[in-house]
Amino acid sequence: MKIVFTAQGTTWDSPMEARFGRTDYLLLWDESTQVLESFDNGEGKNEAHGAGPKMAKVLLDLKADVLITGNGPGENANAILGKSGVKIYVGATDINVQEAYNAYKAGTLRLF
Amino acid sequence: MKIAIASGKGGTGKTTLSTNLATFLGETKRVVLVDLDVEEPNAKLFIDAKTLKTQDTFKMIPHWNSNLCTQCAQCVEICNYNALIHIANEILVFPNLCHSCYACSELCPTQALPMEPQKMGELTHWRSDFIDGVEGRLNIGEEQAVSLIAQTKKYVEKYFSEDTVKIYDAPPGTSCPMVEAIKDVSFVILITEPTPFGLHDLKLAVETVRAVGKKFGVVINQFGIGNDMVLDYCRAEHIDIIAKIPHDRAVAMAYSKGDLAFRYVEGFKDALQEIVAFCEAKGLA
Repeated sequence: MKIVFTAQGTTWDSPMEARFGRTDYLLLWDESTQVLESFDNGEGKNEAHGAGPKMAKVLLDLKADVLITGNGPGENANAILGKSGVKIYVGATDINVQEAYNAYKAGTLRLF
Repeated sequence: MKIAIASGKGGTGKTTLSTNLATFLGETKRVVLVDLDVEEPNAKLFIDAKTLKTQDTFKMIPHWNSNLCTQCAQCVEICNYNALIHIANEILVFPNLCHSCYACSELCPTQALPMEPQKMGELTHWRSDFIDGVEGRLNIGEEQAVSLIAQTKKYVEKYFSEDTVKIYDAPPGTSCPMVEAIKDVSFVILITEPTPFGLHDLKLAVETVRAVGKKFGVVINQFGIGNDMVLDYCRAEHIDIIAKIPHDRAVAMAYSKGDLAFRYVEGFKDALQEIVAFCEAKGLA
């Protein structure tokens, strides 16, 4: 499983970011290779328009299976994510990435 | 004469001044009041008017033709607004992000993105005993106000003579819709309230109006509340204070009934007279 988090930093300790399109970083945890990769969203974050759809496209390119985030994507981004099989879990706010992953594993996050 | 009534801050009295000033002037001149606050047009609420005409307005949106598309995705690259996304073997168009710039459609090597009209709102022409009015009204959920503002102004240019006094009720803020509303007027009245919040947003509005290169002056509404900071700022910046509309409960009462305050409040009418005198002295009316 490839699991993507919206985060304010690049490590497991980083706080989760509630926003989707305007998150600081995307963290990709590949369960099969056990590698945590980070992607800087410095550019997308400051888009005047359409930050959400742009990020949705990134997620598709990463071939993510699961997205763990806070508020959940907006209407435009969701239209794109709906075309993929990505499962979106929301409500992971005020915790760090590790805690969000644990919550996902424990099944306590809400499916969007 | 073509003047816009604008503000940075919302709720400072743009529509109150527009409706009162237009009707007051309409007693002696030919006047059209143009409601360019297309996201929430409300000038007509204060005027007893009959609708003469309503027409749909459209914006042009690219429509993807899958049969012609070669998946080169140049359209996605050129779009400044991320209104097109290429996924798998599909181009998705997001009409609410599209600014109708035609770049994708024109650059498509196989003409797979023809532009097609999509309804964005309505334009209404109304008439009262004293004035005409034209209102742009954006569909709920529609985000692109600028195009409708431009179309509303175009209608006014087409149907009203050069010597008609045109009063534009601008949208609040200092972004694209406000700039579109003021960009071809001869004068901008910035209305503010004498509070720190009013001053803060007045400064932004002054900066914008200066950047657009418009002549402008300030009307202080609800004069008597707050503090002297707006007065001090205008003096320091050598900005004309055209009039001060006194803070008066009777203005709020007229407003709450959907009526025009100058008919009941002497101080309000005095302020309108000062504005008219100012415009005449400046050769605007």
